[in-house]
Amino acid sequence: MPMSAVLSQLLLGLVNGSFYAILSLGLAVIFGLLNVINFAHGAMFMMGAIITYIGYTQFGLGYWPMLLLSPLIVAFFGVFVERFLIKPLYGLDHLYGLLLTFGLTLLIEGFFRSFYGVSGMAYSVPESLSGATDIGFMILPNYRSWVVVASLTVCFTTWFIIEKTKLGSYLRAGTENPKLVQAFGINFPLMVTLTYAFGVGLAAFSGVLAAPIIQISPLMGSNLIITVFAVVVIGGMGSIMGSILTGLGLGIVEAITKVFYPEASSTVVFVVMALVLLVRPAGLFGREK
Amino acid sequence: MSKRPLLIWGFFFILLLFAPWFIYPIFLMKLLCFALFATSFNLLLGYTGLLSFGHAAFLGGAGYVAGFLIRDQHLPPEIGIIGGTIFAAALGLIMGALAIRRQGIYFSMITLALAQMFYFICVQVPFTGGEDGFQGIPRTMMLGLLDLQDDKTMYFVVLGLAVVALAFVARVVASPYGKILFAIKENEPRAISLGYKVDRFKLNAFVLSGALAGLAGSLQAVVMGFETLSDAHWTMSGLVILMCLVGGVGTLLGPILGAFVIVILENKVGDIGNLIFSWTNIEWFKTLGEAVTIVTGFIFVVCVLSFRKGIVGEFLDKFKSKNVV
Repeated sequence: MPMSAVLSQLLLGLVNGSFYAILSLGLAVIFGLLNVINFAHGAMFMMGAIITYIGYTQFGLGYWPMLLLSPLIVAFFGVFVERFLIKPLYGLDHLYGLLLTFGLTLLIEGFFRSFYGVSGMAYSVPESLSGATDIGFMILPNYRSWVVVASLTVCFTTWFIIEKTKLGSYLRAGTENPKLVQAFGINFPLMVTLTYAFGVGLAAFSGVLAAPIIQISPLMGSNLIITVFAVVVIGGMGSIMGSILTGLGLGIVEAITKVFYPEASSTVVFVVMALVLLVRPAGLFGREK
Repeated sequence: MSKRPLLIWGFFFILLLFAPWFIYPIFLMKLLCFALFATSFNLLLGYTGLLSFGHAAFLGGAGYVAGFLIRDQHLPPEIGIIGGTIFAAALGLIMGALAIRRQGIYFSMITLALAQMFYFICVQVPFTGGEDGFQGIPRTMMLGLLDLQDDKTMYFVVLGLAVVALAFVARVVASPYGKILFAIKENEPRAISLGYKVDRFKLNAFVLSGALAGLAGSLQAVVMGFETLSDAHWTMSGLVILMCLVGGVGTLLGPILGAFVIVILENKVGDIGNLIFSWTNIEWFKTLGEAVTIVTGFIFVVCVLSFRKGIVGEFLDKFKSKNVV
């Protein structure tokens, strides 16, 4: 096995891992405040990618404007979803939130399928990032490096906001005790709405990043979200940093499996999940909630 | 217990006895298989409070095993059906043992992930036939005397097994064991403090539910003569949840009605779309037949938002009846 092939697989693993990281991070933030597991997260990821595609084909907007616009549109959509669909379910069993967002996933997927079918659409890498850089021991495709850097920047910024700023302290307080936060005069319902919008906006952002490297199709999000669920079970949803590290780690584990035993690369994350459940049921970074 | 529920069941049963002379038997058998599938799922969600998101693995897995035993090993159908059921029970034991280590929402995510893993394995191993499906499962002589080639004979075998399985579930639910399951659903810490080994009861229920779902899957494979990946896909796990939700979670009749409604809807959605088109003249509705997921998703959202008790649950509420239908 040539070393450069292993290294390029590892980079691919990091790319996938950074998608896992952003998505599981969003799931964790949303779950912390809303107590809802957002099944539609995969659909939001897909919307991010497809809106980018639509932006280019219908309005001639390139990658860079869409990198900002697409998450904003999806976040705006998220505001409506939270206000009109998820809100009536607060106070009920958590399972209803999962079921609702599952139904929503089918709706969104079905909607886009009725226009775009199931076959993939191609989106080209933006010109400024095409090509590759030779860094001596391997050739580094620029776009993939960009995806990893951009994802990590977003992840760590989110971590910083939540753990180190005043705004984040409200958020953490809301996770612990919503009633008390509201008693201090903070508009908690607004905070919940914005958190959901932020979480799905993150998913859309990674969708835009994925657009040039994964085939864009209405079904691209649903398989991914199930893997991300496994990531969330492995990492536990208690800690933001935990979500980021677990996501990246599992991307790399997947890549290593792809090199040595490709048949198992689609199942290895689930195997890891089973092992973690046996050894540390609460998850690597988790605390039982 | 009053006589009314018995009357409803009796009426229902008599309808089913005569149905194959009026309705296409294969379609009826599909309805029955899904009714059994939904009933098995309801045993977990409705009576134990566990939302499994991985029941497709039992349906599909058992179908493949039954097909393998009958087509490739040339064993009689009863062995195939039993084999499929046992396989699903074993799968339930593994999945259940892992999943019950976490509670609530995590339980659902774990079952979903494990079922997805099973799905990927089904896609990869050659014997399932991958995307082409597992085809050509012959309908041979059952117990050496029932010729399953005949659709009506096959129908009564399916009906008989479904009725027995349903009676079994009804018995389990009404038994002291069922009461303990219900206690776990209502308040798990209390059940633990009363000294019940909650994990063992949950695991039992999971295996039982998996086995019954497996029975449904094996029967379906024999009826249809093939098994496809779509039975093991996560959308199927979602569909069975919807069946229970539409019919009424935690009632015996609900999942059966729900399964009938959903299966009929899936088959007729194209006609319904054309009908709406003829009322509204909106071109888009003509394509509704190809967009079954939109319809399923829509019903899902509506049910969760405003119809959580399902048909039977709402009906019971209206009549303030204490009878368990």
